[in-house]
Amino acid sequence: MSFAKNLRCRECGRVYPLDPIHVCEFCFGPLEVFYDYEALRRTLTRERIERGPLSMWRYADLLPVTAEAAVDIGTGYTPLIRASQLGRLLGLERLYLKNDCQNPTWSFKDRVVSLAVTKAREFEFDTLACASTGNLANSVAAHAARAGMDAIVFIPADLEQGKIVGSSVYGPTLVAVDGSYDEVNRLCSELSDKHPWAFVNINMRPYYSEGSKTLAYEVCEQLGWRSPDHCIVPLASGSLYTKIYKGLKELAWLGLVEWRGTRMSGAQAAGCSPIVEAWERQSFDIKPQKPNTIAKSLAIGNPADGYHALKVMSQSGGQGVAVSDDEVVEGIKLLAETEGIFAETAGGVVIAGLRRLVERGLVDPQELAVAFITGAGLKTQEAVAPRLKPALAVQPNIASFENAFSEQASALPAARK
Amino acid sequence: MAKQRVKFTFAQEMIKEPVIWRLGRDFNLVTNIRRADVTEDRGWVVLELEGEMEEIERGVQWVVEQGVRVDPVAGDIVEG
Repeated sequence: MSFAKNLRCRECGRVYPLDPIHVCEFCFGPLEVFYDYEALRRTLTRERIERGPLSMWRYADLLPVTAEAAVDIGTGYTPLIRASQLGRLLGLERLYLKNDCQNPTWSFKDRVVSLAVTKAREFEFDTLACASTGNLANSVAAHAARAGMDAIVFIPADLEQGKIVGSSVYGPTLVAVDGSYDEVNRLCSELSDKHPWAFVNINMRPYYSEGSKTLAYEVCEQLGWRSPDHCIVPLASGSLYTKIYKGLKELAWLGLVEWRGTRMSGAQAAGCSPIVEAWERQSFDIKPQKPNTIAKSLAIGNPADGYHALKVMSQSGGQGVAVSDDEVVEGIKLLAETEGIFAETAGGVVIAGLRRLVERGLVDPQELAVAFITGAGLKTQEAVAPRLKPALAVQPNIASFENAFSEQASALPAARK
Repeated sequence: MAKQRVKFTFAQEMIKEPVIWRLGRDFNLVTNIRRADVTEDRGWVVLELEGEMEEIERGVQWVVEQGVRVDPVAGDIVEG
């Protein structure tokens, strides 16, 4: 059952019913789902969760929909792995990776979209919509297919063909908008007012964003019902980051884990780092930026939850870190070469950011740290392809192979030496 | 009559300009401020514009041309 009680404005606290709305009518602040925590405390136990399906829907009691109604293509309960080799290289004794590459459309967006689509169907929408350059579009198109709903996906007109296929295969209406990033934003905002569509990250946003909490629940359960000491999370809109923190706090309030004061650190690419820029200025005032980075899945110049992310960073004792595009590529390669996980650019941002934090002495070598890897590398191959070692070219004889093989031994990846 | 909710972000050099007043006068829009934060070096205002759709579009375009950043109140919508 769902224990969702109402929507509340994050700015002024006004209360609204659980409707398809996303901003407060008074102050235009963002709305967030609030739950009946007293009833949850009486009902929810570790055992009840453990009896649930091996997916994000085992935490349905903590989401604003019911599990029976779920539009699910197998999202969640992704691996949490101990990263011994990467940890040793970075000087961390207890480093874990939450590998959300293993979702149905290969990114964490399946969590938020699965929830948004379930809620959209409950509200009797027949069309899903989103504006995206990649992961979100893939997930919306896939879930719409599963739900038997129409999908309209807005993409920039100059988007690479490879990224279009990952959405178009599911049969949505793709709309290529010939305009700047800001113009696409404005158009979609206006369309969401005009058409009766479930725009997953606009009018469905209060429900959509709650899906990210399941990452926190899973990590705690997979650690044996224990919160991490430190989380390192990629920052785009700031929603994922703030919702992971909300998830950790909820489990502690409900007595399912002990509150450990988890420190929340966030990483961005320097080419689009409005949250980290404000953090370094020691300000809660976000200055919007024009994105210019290879980490396109994090390239949000005017982050909706930037202010709230800065609050979490400050309250939790975390850090904000920005890394160059070169470091992003190094981060992707380091993760792949040490732990066998090929992440997209957001994963490179997290690993490179973690390395920077360790170098600055901002991560305790003994603490239990979890790095969130939110999307798979096959989606952004162009970011690393030019930096990879070419194959050995040999003639079909033993001598040629032995010669080439011995030459390349000196060029082994740094992480393996 | 149409309505549009927007966020204006002003750089330091624009703070003294009466942009919102001119929106009302030159484009015949009703401007209704809901939240704002203006400091000595920058400022933002969240407001609703009400008027003819064409005038809202012309007015917003004029604001952008003045060097003010205009965003949807929900922040960036295009996600990766």
